[in-house]
Amino acid sequence: MADQPDFAAHWSLHPSVSLRDESFGAMAYHHGNRRLVFLKSPLLVDVVRQLDDFESADAALDALVADEQRAALCRALETLTSSEIVRVG
Amino acid sequence: MSVNHSLRDRFESGLAAPICLTWEVTYACNLACRHCLSSSGVRDPRELTTDEAKAFLDEVAAMQIFYINIGGGEPTIRRDFFELVEYGLSRGIGIKFSTNGSRITPEVAQRLAGNDYLDVQISLDGADAATNDALRGEGSYDTAIRAMENLRDAGMTGFKISVVVTRHNVGQIDQLLALADSMNAELRLTRLRPSGRGVDVWDELRLSAADNRALYHWLMDHPTVLTGDSFFHLSALGDPLAGINLCGAGRVVCLIDPVGDVYACPFVIHEQFLAGSIRDGGFGHVWRDSELFRSLREPGSPGACASCGSYDACRGGCMAAKFFTGLELTDPDPECVFGHGETALAQRVSLGPRPSPDHSKRVTISSR
Repeated sequence: MADQPDFAAHWSLHPSVSLRDESFGAMAYHHGNRRLVFLKSPLLVDVVRQLDDFESADAALDALVADEQRAALCRALETLTSSEIVRVG
Repeated sequence: MSVNHSLRDRFESGLAAPICLTWEVTYACNLACRHCLSSSGVRDPRELTTDEAKAFLDEVAAMQIFYINIGGGEPTIRRDFFELVEYGLSRGIGIKFSTNGSRITPEVAQRLAGNDYLDVQISLDGADAATNDALRGEGSYDTAIRAMENLRDAGMTGFKISVVVTRHNVGQIDQLLALADSMNAELRLTRLRPSGRGVDVWDELRLSAADNRALYHWLMDHPTVLTGDSFFHLSALGDPLAGINLCGAGRVVCLIDPVGDVYACPFVIHEQFLAGSIRDGGFGHVWRDSELFRSLREPGSPGACASCGSYDACRGGCMAAKFFTGLELTDPDPECVFGHGETALAQRVSLGPRPSPDHSKRVTISSR
């Protein structure tokens, strides 16, 4: 397992990523590494779109996500950092 | 990219916009490949104008289609080709274009290198000139290799070498992979379909059942090799290949031809799969509202494959391969790994329909 990303840091959508809403959530495409990634919940899409507005990923999760969904959201966000859809720091 | 089932069901019912849109910008070509899937050769006088092409790119950007694949014909033959590429890039659209390499000079290669949003795919159908040129024409191997060298020397990395796998080059895929490595490129293998002029050479060039099995295992062993999701009919052999593993026609892919006609996929240029024209109200209208696309997004019937335990793996295979070999769309893929396609081919009442339209150059009788 790779190290956990730093949720206390500022996160944002990578500037080379385009995000398009779909009925299941959204599709994200990274023009740099050419990866196509599926965001399979509207809540996840909502969080990803707003990450940049918060000082940290934790702060975004505090504000936007109910406690019982937080663990699942964290896992989904981690996979988005490994595909570089979301940038840490 | 492998995809779970619920997401695949979503793909089956269609997306707000295609994942992969192919735009063939001209039917004109300086080659006459025997297996050309769009029967290209001569420019169609009704070709989209530069203004129409730019309006289309505006719509692609508005629909947030991430990237488009530009092909032809030989796309670089269009005089406004680089103008259109630059226009698309300026709208934030990723562009990959397929070329035989004839216009990729060192100067052009310099212009292309270093842009994340731009990718180039050089077509090559053999690891040596004899194998390649038999299919693509004399000199085409050297032309393609020179283009690759120009791209590599310009510092472009990760461009694609795109190979249609035939029974003549399937034994060369390790060499082709080594070639890609030496060019700092990626290898992309795609399936030979009986589309366009391919219908005339399909029987002669298609893979044997043993070749297909070997290819499946080779692809599983080489996950970095790209396939454009074109071998999903082989996923019935075991674990699924990378990709969405279903026919994306009208669901996640479509084709815009040089005159603006919209077809369900690049391999079914035929009136039966014509969804509409971007000249009648724009592309989005066709994508969302065409009756053909709506019917393709209905849950498919397994048809003759209903009793097969592997239907979920291959979903009956490629629509175009069935259509142009004269099979019903509910028949198995003609290259079904369990041989059901061969049975269906043996039982068909007529050969497949002729591809239309046909822009092939008029045949000149060779003296040899």
